[in-house]
Amino acid sequence: MTQKLIDPDDISSSGLPKERIGVYVCHCGSNIAGMVDVSDVAHWAGDELKDRGVVVSRDYKFMCSSLGQELIQKDIQEQGLTRVVVAACSPHLHENTFRTACGKAGLNPYLCELVSIREQVSWVHTDKTAATEKSKAVISGGVERVIHHQPLEPLHVPIHPATLVVGGGIAGIQAALEIADAGFPVYMVEREPSIGGHMAQFDKTFPTLDCSACILTPKMVSVGTHPNITLFTWSEVVRVDGFVGNFTVTIQKKARYVNEELCTGCGICQEKCPKKIIDTEYEAGLGYRKAVYTPFPQAVPKYPVLDRPNCTYFSKGTCKACEKFCPTGAIDFTQEDEFITVQVGNCILATGYDLFNPRRVTNYGYGRLANVFTSLEFERLSNAAGPTNGNIVLRDGVTTPKSVGIVNCVGSRDRNYNNYCSVICCMQGLKFAHLVKERTGATVYNFYIDMRTAYKAYDEFYQRVLEEGTLFVRGKVADITDAARLPGEEGKIIIQVEDTLVGKQRRIPVDMVLLSAGLEPRHDAKEVAKLFGISCSSDGWVIEKHPKLDPVATMTEGIFIAGCVQGPKDIPQSVAQGAAASARVLGRIQQGEIALEPFRASVDQDSCSGCRICNNLCPFNAILFHEDRMVTEINPALCQGCGTCIAACPAGAISGTGFSNEQIMAQIEGLLMINFEHRATVPA
Amino acid sequence: MKKYLFYPGCSMETTAKAYDMSMREILEPLGLKFEEIDDWNCCGATEYVSLSLTPAYALIGRNLALASKQANGTSTVVASCSACYLNLAKADHYMLERTSLGEKVNTALAAGDLHYNPGTLIIRHLLDVLVNDVGLDAIQKSVTRPLKGLRVAPYVGCMVPRPDYEKRWSDTEYPTELSRLLKVLGAEVIDFPLSTHCCGGHMTQISPNVAYELLRRLLHAAEEYQADLMVTLCPMCQMNLDAYQAEVNRHLHTSFRMPIIFFTQLIGLAMGKDPQKLGFGREIVDTRPALNRIGVELPEPTETKSQPRRPKKTGLPMPQMPGTDEVEQ
Repeated sequence: MTQKLIDPDDISSSGLPKERIGVYVCHCGSNIAGMVDVSDVAHWAGDELKDRGVVVSRDYKFMCSSLGQELIQKDIQEQGLTRVVVAACSPHLHENTFRTACGKAGLNPYLCELVSIREQVSWVHTDKTAATEKSKAVISGGVERVIHHQPLEPLHVPIHPATLVVGGGIAGIQAALEIADAGFPVYMVEREPSIGGHMAQFDKTFPTLDCSACILTPKMVSVGTHPNITLFTWSEVVRVDGFVGNFTVTIQKKARYVNEELCTGCGICQEKCPKKIIDTEYEAGLGYRKAVYTPFPQAVPKYPVLDRPNCTYFSKGTCKACEKFCPTGAIDFTQEDEFITVQVGNCILATGYDLFNPRRVTNYGYGRLANVFTSLEFERLSNAAGPTNGNIVLRDGVTTPKSVGIVNCVGSRDRNYNNYCSVICCMQGLKFAHLVKERTGATVYNFYIDMRTAYKAYDEFYQRVLEEGTLFVRGKVADITDAARLPGEEGKIIIQVEDTLVGKQRRIPVDMVLLSAGLEPRHDAKEVAKLFGISCSSDGWVIEKHPKLDPVATMTEGIFIAGCVQGPKDIPQSVAQGAAASARVLGRIQQGEIALEPFRASVDQDSCSGCRICNNLCPFNAILFHEDRMVTEINPALCQGCGTCIAACPAGAISGTGFSNEQIMAQIEGLLMINFEHRATVPA
Repeated sequence: MKKYLFYPGCSMETTAKAYDMSMREILEPLGLKFEEIDDWNCCGATEYVSLSLTPAYALIGRNLALASKQANGTSTVVASCSACYLNLAKADHYMLERTSLGEKVNTALAAGDLHYNPGTLIIRHLLDVLVNDVGLDAIQKSVTRPLKGLRVAPYVGCMVPRPDYEKRWSDTEYPTELSRLLKVLGAEVIDFPLSTHCCGGHMTQISPNVAYELLRRLLHAAEEYQADLMVTLCPMCQMNLDAYQAEVNRHLHTSFRMPIIFFTQLIGLAMGKDPQKLGFGREIVDTRPALNRIGVELPEPTETKSQPRRPKKTGLPMPQMPGTDEVEQ
């Protein structure tokens, strides 16, 4: 063994001064100890890595416990450790714990290395001997790496007190109001002409059946009038630069063709506009709006929007009825899109969901059979302010249905479409059943796979609807057709379903079918996520930092999420997330600054050839090029330590603190155990 | 002229002669050239694959091997019969997916000095070629006698759009290809809800009461929608609906008189071809009343057709099994 030739007492084989390293192997209860012989690993590290500088090697049941941490601290103080390697769980979980523990004992926190023998060893292997050997290799890699660690200091950046909230649905409204009420400025950006989101379309909310508009509109008004909230509706975020504490956000304020300074919201323009268009957004295709419109009377802000593609003046060059009749001269056909730049410290994304398009389930007949409705269509149908004044009628606009079938899980819990459960549909279906019964007295069938009525007062509502006499059929609907087969089916819509509680096929003729279509990520969720530097799962929902413990944060510092952008959820959950996200943001603002990992890339200007390959790769625009000297430099304030430029540099001139080439190479050599003449023998 | 290899299958020369005649009439005007696969054999229909997998695939594989040998400037095989189309596509798909099956089939084929590399041929149905290769615009241009006033029920059957290995069809439940094609011919196309439901297949032979009910549903729905006739693209569907219509009427006390014809016959008709050359008059349920409505005259049938009768049983009756509720033969 080559390193034995060098005096192990003062210089290690790498030529660096000899470090005093402590190795700590965690059992994690039986999580690690169940698959890895932890005491063997600890003994091995103490014996075999002695000449690499390991002076202490211990195993302990829970290293993350305060007793486990004290163990490290005691060794640092008594044994004079200069480096610490903890073999335990993923750094995502406890890296901070052990760094802090080292820091308290007087060791620079960045001289501690956490290697994973749980996520990457014990949880993924089934052979105990091999897992034990792999743990040794992982620890060997950690030890080699930690020798090259440098003491570092975290970077402190100030937090801009303003916050961007994207999406003006109930989650975004809640988040914006919490922050604004705490006294900090909020910019809210909404794509539609008014805030309110999907909740503004509903008539009643489950399980209390209180009027959706009555509980929502006061909050909308608060957002509209709040001195700390700047509202941008009919606007979209087009660019996000910077990093946590200091984002520069560019907002595209689409031309409204209405001067907001002059408009009083009197509504005469809408009244006089001769162009009637089917309203596919707010009225879900069941009602009409004008070319100049506010989507609904309580819209916030009150200013209408002129829909350019549908406007007679813009398509034919003549009309201008709105302009002629506007008493304040607020119509402005010359308006153009504006681009506004704002500075914010944090962003909350609350962009919501799209309804699953039930046309995709062709056997359910939506789009072919007139009296098959989507859930959002029914919300408008049953809404007192909707196109039928709340009368539940068939597509002909007059006939009251005598029998109604409610079909759950349309596009949800279905391998052909979406595997996930859309959460709200069971309760929504029960609400529909109640409303149909109450207003029409029709026979109501509810077709479900499983009835999911978790949360407060939900199951009680289910029992109430059961008692009201809704007929529940357990089974996935196979077919919805107008092909009558049996007497009594003529002129009806027939629902073919296997009643799985009885084990029989049923054909149930009804007048009206309501499809509880599932929730889907916004059609452009992936682009929006990219804009903000966060990621979506394969389903398209934004990935949270931790599914249980950090559901409103993302892996990108300073970007928070709330509501359905993270996954399907109902109103109470969306409100809770909006409030939770704002609490996280307020905490940041109150602290005034944030400590960031000091991991930054830097260019060795002597080695830089000025090829500029790295210049355009930086996602944070942190790289600048000095034309005079023909060398590249990295701005440490903007660099996020992602490592892209380091990998790209053909000259190897860029290195990163905390992940230098020496550290990475040493870790790889350690993992390969090249310091050992005899490789660890892993049984086949 | 676009060249394709053509697999006719057994029925085109016999029960579906009208399909064959009409198809050959319209190929040239639409710029298609079909080259029949030499020495092709039976595809195994619906039965063989459910009896014994390997020999069934070997049977189909022989056709694929012959086709790939003959492939000259084209690797597309067109089948006009739904069962043939599905069987050829299925064999190609599973030989590729399950290598052991592919090896077994090729071992069998080696006895005849044949070999097939799965995935090398493209298997398509005639309707797919007409709609997607020829194109609806070209077909519309060839229409000289639009079928205005003719209400047709487009019946695709179950085997063409399912399981759709190559995702060629617009939808598995409600494919729109046939409807769009018929609309281009000027016909009034109903939104036929049972377009992809089963015609009973060979159940007419082994369990007639099941088949009669399935046929009744189709005929009933077409009648409900006041269709003048039903259009099929499969010889088996056509035979079941046409030849067994009288049986359905007899057993289920109905009175359907729904003519069943092939879609190629309607294309030919819209192109102004002679109805007799398109095989009109070969069907059992009379098409003349429907065609008279749009001014197409067909000559009186020369011979009276009668329902094919089963030979009288000569043997002793079979013992009745408990629960037997088969229709008396």
